[in-house]
Amino acid sequence: METDLNSQDRKDLDKFIKFFALKTVQVIVQARLGEKICTRSSSSPTGSDWFNLAIKDIPEVTHEAKKALAGQLPAVGRSMCVEISLKTSEGDSMELEIWCLEMNEKCDKEIKVSYAVYNRLSLLLKSLLAITRVTPAYRLSRKQGHEYVILYRIYFGEVQLNGLGEGFQTVRVGTVGTPVGTITLSCAYRINLAFMSTRHFERTPPIMGIIIDHFVDRPYPSSSPMHPCNYRTTSEDTGVTYPSVEDSQEVCTTSFSTSPPSQCVFTVTKAHFQTPTPVVTDTLRVPMAGLAFSHQLSSSRLSYQPAALGVGSADLAYPVVFAAGLNATHPHQLMVPGKDGGVPLAPNQPAHGAQADQERLATYTVSDGAHCAVTPSSSEDTETVSNSSEGRASPHDVLETIFVRKVGAFVNKPINQVTLTSLDIPFAMFAPKNLELEDADPMVNPPDSPETTSPLQGSLHSDGSSGGSSGNTQDDFVMIDFKPAFSKDDILPMDLGTFYREFQNPPQLSSLSIDIGAQSMAEDLDSLPEKLAVHEKNVREFDAFVETLQ
Amino acid sequence: MNCRSEVLEVSVEGRQVEEAMLAVLHTVLLHRSTGKFHYKKEGTYSIGTVGTQDVDCDFIDFTYVRVSSEELDRALRKVVGEFRDALRSSGGDGLGQMSLEFYQKKKSRWPFSDECIPWEVWTVKVHVVALATEQERQICREKVGEKLCEKIINIVEVMNRHEYLPKMPTQSEVDNVFDTGLRDVQPYLYKISFQITDALGSSVTTTMRRLIKDTLAL
Repeated sequence: METDLNSQDRKDLDKFIKFFALKTVQVIVQARLGEKICTRSSSSPTGSDWFNLAIKDIPEVTHEAKKALAGQLPAVGRSMCVEISLKTSEGDSMELEIWCLEMNEKCDKEIKVSYAVYNRLSLLLKSLLAITRVTPAYRLSRKQGHEYVILYRIYFGEVQLNGLGEGFQTVRVGTVGTPVGTITLSCAYRINLAFMSTRHFERTPPIMGIIIDHFVDRPYPSSSPMHPCNYRTTSEDTGVTYPSVEDSQEVCTTSFSTSPPSQCVFTVTKAHFQTPTPVVTDTLRVPMAGLAFSHQLSSSRLSYQPAALGVGSADLAYPVVFAAGLNATHPHQLMVPGKDGGVPLAPNQPAHGAQADQERLATYTVSDGAHCAVTPSSSEDTETVSNSSEGRASPHDVLETIFVRKVGAFVNKPINQVTLTSLDIPFAMFAPKNLELEDADPMVNPPDSPETTSPLQGSLHSDGSSGGSSGNTQDDFVMIDFKPAFSKDDILPMDLGTFYREFQNPPQLSSLSIDIGAQSMAEDLDSLPEKLAVHEKNVREFDAFVETLQ
Repeated sequence: MNCRSEVLEVSVEGRQVEEAMLAVLHTVLLHRSTGKFHYKKEGTYSIGTVGTQDVDCDFIDFTYVRVSSEELDRALRKVVGEFRDALRSSGGDGLGQMSLEFYQKKKSRWPFSDECIPWEVWTVKVHVVALATEQERQICREKVGEKLCEKIINIVEVMNRHEYLPKMPTQSEVDNVFDTGLRDVQPYLYKISFQITDALGSSVTTTMRRLIKDTLAL
C-alpha cells in the first residue's frame, strides 16, 4: 500500500508492531498464569523495555509467538490471536477467550510514527494490562491448580470464535491508528460456562504449594499446540530455582501439601500405558516441584523451572518428562516390580476420574511421598522409582487396577457401615469392578497380620492439617511409605509419620459402635424430654454464646 | 477551555469504599503516568520504565493493576482514607464523590498566580449501602467486583479515544504538565478532591461554591 512513510519510519513502524505483538502475548499469558504479577518501575531507562513498560519476557512465550508469526506482521485478514482455554484434570477442555490483534485498512497518515504511535501503543498495552484482569477468565485462572489448568495457544490468520459458545461477549481494549492501518486489540470471551460453573472451581484452594502442572505439546495436526499458563511458585520474587535432581527427595517432603478435599490414591498398572513413543506426546500433568523434570523454561522472576533434565527435551518446546517415569515409554516402571508392593502414588489432587490415560496418571503429586520423586535421570529405564529407595514396609502386591478416587475433606467413614455399594464415591462407576472385596477391605475386616495391610489404609481421617493424606479406604492400593509433608524422619524418634501410623486406627467411638438394632426409636424418643430439659436449663448460656457470635 | 469530564458511579458497602476508589483511581493513573523523563541535549528526552503490579482486594472479588510506585500509592491511600472517614462520620445515607482532575499549569504574569487549567476530570460517585447478613455481604462482594470490571472497561474505553493530551513539554515546561516530584514515575499533574453529599443530593460545598461563583460573575 502506498504510504508517505519514509523507509526509516516504515522500518520503525514494523518494529513497533512486531514488538507490540510480542508484548501483547506476554501480557495476556502472564495474566493467566494464576499469580499476581509485579514489576518494578525504573526511573532510568534501560533501553530494553519496550513501550516504557516493565513487562517481563517469558522465553517460551516469546518463542511460541515468534513461531506463530513466522516473520509476518498482523495485517488485514491476518490477525494474531491468543486463545485461552481451560482444561480439567479429566480431560475436558473449553475455550474461554480469544484475544485478537488485528489490523484494518483505515490509515492515519498524519500521525507521527516514532512519537505518537509509540506512545499510543504504550497506552494500549496499559489498557491491556487492566483489561486482562477484568474478564471472567482471570478469576478462573487465579484458582487454577488441582482441578484444572489454563492453557494458551497462539495462532496467526483468521480469527476463530466458534469455540466460545453462544452469546460470547467482546470487549475492545483499544485501537491505534498508524500510517499503514489501524491496529485493534480486542477480546472475545465466553460467558456461558455451562458445563462448569465458576462455583465448581471455588473450592478450597491449594493450601500451599509449589504446584506445577505441565503440559506437553500436544501435536495437533492443524493447530498450534496448547501450552500451560500456570507455572507457580510460592516465592515469585526471588527467582527460586528449583532444586536440582539430587534434592528432589528432600523437596518432596517439604513442598507438598495436602489439600483436604482431595485425597486420592492412585495406582498404576502396566496395562494402561501403551504409548510406545519415547517422547511424551500427550498432555501430562506433572506435579510439582521436587519432581525433577525436564524443562526448558529458564528461571525468571516468575520462577519457572529450570531445565533439569535432558530427556528428549531438546525436541520439545515444552518438554515435560514426567519424572516419575510416568512417561509414555515405560510407564510401568512406576510400579515397583513384583514383591515390593505397589506404587502408591497418592496424589493430592482431586477430580481424577478413573480414566486411565496418561494425563490423569500424571496428576499425582508426590505429596504423600509417593516417591515419584523419581530422580529424573535421563533414562526412563532406570528404576528410579523412589519407593525403592525407601524401606518399604508394605508388602502388598501391586494391584492391577487404576483408580482414582476423590473424597471430600474431613469425610469420616463409620467403619462398620461401609459397604462398597453404599460408598458414595464420586466416579464410582469408574472404579474397577474387582473392588467388591468387602472381605479384603480392611475397614470391614481388620487384617490380622501386619503385612496384609498398610497401616495407612483404613478409615479416612480428617487430618488435612497434618499434611499427610490418609490412605484411601479402598484396600486395593498399597501405600509404600508414608511421608507426610513438612516432616523429616531424622529429627525426632517419633516423627509425624510414625505418630500418624500408630494412631491411624484408633478404637471406635462408643457412640459409633452402638448397633443400630440395639437402640430403638422409642427409646430415643423417650430420652428426648430429658435432653430438652437439660438444654432449657442452659438456655442462658446458649444465648450468651449466640450473642458473642454476632 | 474544554475539559473532558467522566463520571462513574458505584454502590458499595462501607468497608469496600476504600478498595473501590483505589481501584478506579489507580486504573486512571496507570494510563496517565509515564516513566520519568530524562532530558538530553537538543531537546530530546528519554523516558524511564513504568512497572505495574496486581493488587487483590480484600473485600471485593476483584484485582486491579496499579503503577509500581509506593509514593503514588501512599498519596492515593491517604486521600481515599480521608474520604472514607468523612463518609463514615457524615452519617446520612452515605453519598459522596471523589474527583481526580488532571490539569496544566499556565504561568501568568504578576500579580496573578499560576492558573490551573483542567483538561480531564474523573468523578466517582459513591453510594454506601449497609448490609445486614453475611450472605448479602458475600453477594455484594461478587456484585461489586463485576461492577468494577465494567468501570474498568469504561475507563479504558475513554482512554482509548485518544482525545486531547497535553503536548510533550520541553524541559523548562515539564513541571507545568507533569508531576515530577515522584521518584519512579511521572503522572500528569493531578489533584484529588472529594465531597460528601448530604441527603438533599447537593453538597454544601458545591452550593457555596456556586453562590460565590455566581456572585463573582456579576
